[in-house]
Amino acid sequence: MRQVMDGDDVQRAISRIAHEILERHHGADGVVLVGIHTRGVPLAKAIADAIERFEHVRVPVGELDIGLYRDDLRRRPTPALARTLIPVDLTEERVILVDDVLYTGRTVRAALDAVSDLGRPQAIELAVLVDRGHRQLPIRPDYVGKNLPTSTAERVTVRLHDVDGDCGVWIDDEETR
Amino acid sequence: MKNLLTTEDLGRETLERLLDLSDEFVEVLDREIPKVPPLRGLTVATLFFEPSTRTRISFERAAKALSADVMSFSPGTSSLKKGESLKDTALTLRAMGADIMVVRHRAVGAPWRVAEWVDVPVVNGGDGAHQHPTQALLDALTIRRHFGKLDGLEIGIVGDIRHSRVARSDVYAFSTLGAKVTLIAPRTLLPRDLDGWPCTATGDLDDVIERLDVIYLLRVQTERGGATAFPSWPEYVSRFGLSRERFARLADGAVVMHPGPMNRGVEIAPEVADSDRALVLDQVRLGVAARMAVLFTLATGRGLTREVTA
Repeated sequence: MRQVMDGDDVQRAISRIAHEILERHHGADGVVLVGIHTRGVPLAKAIADAIERFEHVRVPVGELDIGLYRDDLRRRPTPALARTLIPVDLTEERVILVDDVLYTGRTVRAALDAVSDLGRPQAIELAVLVDRGHRQLPIRPDYVGKNLPTSTAERVTVRLHDVDGDCGVWIDDEETR
Repeated sequence: MKNLLTTEDLGRETLERLLDLSDEFVEVLDREIPKVPPLRGLTVATLFFEPSTRTRISFERAAKALSADVMSFSPGTSSLKKGESLKDTALTLRAMGADIMVVRHRAVGAPWRVAEWVDVPVVNGGDGAHQHPTQALLDALTIRRHFGKLDGLEIGIVGDIRHSRVARSDVYAFSTLGAKVTLIAPRTLLPRDLDGWPCTATGDLDDVIERLDVIYLLRVQTERGGATAFPSWPEYVSRFGLSRERFARLADGAVVMHPGPMNRGVEIAPEVADSDRALVLDQVRLGVAARMAVLFTLATGRGLTREVTA
């Protein structure tokens, strides 16, 4: 396993994404961060923390479970569902979906459907810690912590303090495992 | 989980997983658009050989909230015989594309038979006086959402236990989840054989009423001969009805439940049925979420047949 980001790198990426969000939206007004379970949720909170440090405002943070919107539900065993918790009405807000790794785009596709059922945001954007390529759908991120060229045989592991106890991004070759 | 036929063989882990899932579906049903897509393209068939409105509507609502299509079979006024006709009906609906079947039948064991004949998941929607597992699930969900857990709760089930599939299903589910269950009924309305039931029984409601956290009332099933089991209605009501006076003796925080339909003035006084400690409408509301959890689990648990055989 090769480490490509350590805890400090992850924190820097989060800070930069927070700055980019503030820059693009001229502040934090009307912005809602929605983390996709599992690791999108602590990432969204970390971005909200960073925004609060820079601008002294707290943007709302929601949690989204996309289990009911997956397109492979019938091929895989019953997934446990996590909580979907959106603290504000999303209609007319600017929703930023947050996830740890962007890969095929199928999770984001499911998240877009889920958000559409919860309200009609003015816009939906996407922030990810790692973009590893290999999209199977026409989806692109608006904020990227790190572009990480990979082969499909490789595996990207993101670990975050809140979920895993430590923090960083690793890459390993499935065949050598 | 391949089918849901009985609560007797459900382990604590399975029950809790279904309840956790139900909690998530309660959240879905509270949304502005109370509908999610996981069962899109699947068809749920309800085969109700016994009259029922609430259970069937609840299953249909659950199926539709998961984006499944629904096919309904009811025998109307004709009395279908057991055996061939049940089998032919099940096979016919399967051939029409049913992906999950919900079966209610007055004969004990009918859903098990259907499960042998068809290659899709079967849910027992009530078989005779035997089992009604989704009712037990929604009852456990109602109690868990009210008290936070079932562990250590004292639950009394009062009334026509002998003819009640709800009582049997509840006893197993509640005790598996850690509650202490007492059956309260005249001897003639208790099951003939209580061996192996994980509960105790008494004929004296007044003796135990003060220690109950949940008092669960059942109607006397006159259509199954329940009313012949005691001398007179006034006597039954005076000994086993939840009157205002008895209601006042309940412990603080104790709640009243009933699977419906209620006979006001018999097992439950009208004022008690309307009190805010009666969770009857919560049971109905949560029943949709509990049935969504069951349909979702069966549909996703083993991959659906159409794809597996493709």
